[in-house]
Amino acid sequence: MKNNIKISARNLNFYYGENQALFDNNLDIPTNRITAVIGPSGCGKSTHLRVYNRIFELHRNQRATGEVLLDGVNILGPGVDLLDLRRRVGMIFQKPTPFPMSIFDNVAYPLRLHYKLNRSEIADRVEQALRGACIWDEVKDKLRESGLALSGGQQQRLCIARAIAAEPEVLLMDEPTSAIDPVATLKIEELVLELKQRFTIVIVTHNMQQASRISDYTAFFYKGHIVEVGETARIFTAPSCKKTEEYITGRFG
Amino acid sequence: MQQQDRIFKWVCLGCALLIGVLVPGIFLQLGLDSAEAWQKFGIGFLWSAEWDPAQEVYGAWASVAGTLYTTALALLLAVPLSFVAALFVVESPGWLARPLSYCVDLLAAIPSVIYGMWGLFVLVPLMQEYVQPFLGETLGLMSLPGGEWLLGEHYNGFGFLTAGIILALMILPYMSAIMRDVFRMTPPMLRESAYGLGCTRWETTRDVVLRYGIRGLLGGIFIGLGRALGETMAVLFVIGNLIESPEGLFSGGTTIAATLACNFAESDGLQRSSLFALGLVLMLLCFGIQVAAQYYLHLTGARRGEAR
Repeated sequence: MKNNIKISARNLNFYYGENQALFDNNLDIPTNRITAVIGPSGCGKSTHLRVYNRIFELHRNQRATGEVLLDGVNILGPGVDLLDLRRRVGMIFQKPTPFPMSIFDNVAYPLRLHYKLNRSEIADRVEQALRGACIWDEVKDKLRESGLALSGGQQQRLCIARAIAAEPEVLLMDEPTSAIDPVATLKIEELVLELKQRFTIVIVTHNMQQASRISDYTAFFYKGHIVEVGETARIFTAPSCKKTEEYITGRFG
Repeated sequence: MQQQDRIFKWVCLGCALLIGVLVPGIFLQLGLDSAEAWQKFGIGFLWSAEWDPAQEVYGAWASVAGTLYTTALALLLAVPLSFVAALFVVESPGWLARPLSYCVDLLAAIPSVIYGMWGLFVLVPLMQEYVQPFLGETLGLMSLPGGEWLLGEHYNGFGFLTAGIILALMILPYMSAIMRDVFRMTPPMLRESAYGLGCTRWETTRDVVLRYGIRGLLGGIFIGLGRALGETMAVLFVIGNLIESPEGLFSGGTTIAATLACNFAESDGLQRSSLFALGLVLMLLCFGIQVAAQYYLHLTGARRGEAR
């Protein structure tokens, strides 16, 4: 079992200035599985996720204590190569964030950043990534056009292509479909299920149907505490905590 | 109520028309008053460097070239400086950023005549004493082939480089303020997604923030450019006011605005008409640069990834 854990948070606490936002979080993220993180607004789901690639450090006054082990190595420790960490742990945001450049360049960008490749290798890997994100057929004839000209759902899949182009090991998804229409959302969910073959996925979602549809494991957060973690089927049918049951049955949140 | 709306509408229309009439009106007036000079010298007025009131021969080139020269120097100095200043202010913590941005903004509040006086009494001696000898001798630029052509012959403190430095200081706050806003406009999530891919701060700025805000950045640069082209007072103090084509960084010369300000009061006849012609050239220069800039932005919009 130990070998199948990709990320392991140990006694993770998080502070926004003086305010503590996460309290002694312990969570294991299994390899090549989808772990959903659910809970009411402001419960610390996104905050927890944002520790895994240390993106929170961009902001002043934000601080994490405890340990987050990625393949057994504490990424919060000293001497961690941040740029390499972020290549290994990709992130998808609440809104699509295509860069102001062409579709091709969007996907080629992380490749040029992290690898020394020649033109044709880049073109190959861009195609692979776009195929991997199930968007190749829609964009193959307009690779030189702006990424911003795509629809919202396409933009989000473009961002997924960009994230997987760098060959990460983990994909963090912070409510990836919250700004996207239902049809496009279903497409992205199918895509996420497919990506599970290659990546370990952690997805924060407000949408409990989404969590139950795609995830293997679910963690329920409440006020910065992890209330309950388990196989998704069990969490949604027989939660062991009262709070979890109340939340998934829609009594609050 | 309707009555009020109608009056309001006509007032607005009147104001809008007034602006619409003013600009062509100024062009027309400059054109009419400079007709004599254009008739006498033809289009060759533009590239004739001669300016000899005794012989009644006038040409625009010395002033035009001087204007372009000082403006180019000013932009060369001010663009990187304001860019870095804006970037630093945006990325640094509030206790440092706030006083710093006030200081930069305050630069804009200094009247240009003060810049001129400061230039004359402080910068000119500094240039003469240290900067010009340093560039010429210590760096050995003067002894390079073409050195004299690049720098000019004398270390007297005046000249194009001094004017360029003053101009750079004057346009810096405008450009820096606009660049600051542009950097702040970048959606935080877009920045984060660049960092999330493993970009450094500089890579994020260069590849995402800059691209995202390029329109605004260029807009800021063009505002600085417009000011530098037309600035009169401060330049007048330090440029030397010789109506001669620019010869080097340290050589004296003039700009269109400086020529106008120096000569208008005691001019008449053909000279006055030639000065009006210079004014027209300055207006066209400013206009042309703005139009070209807008057109360029439009043309390259797609390549920068702007949705149409």
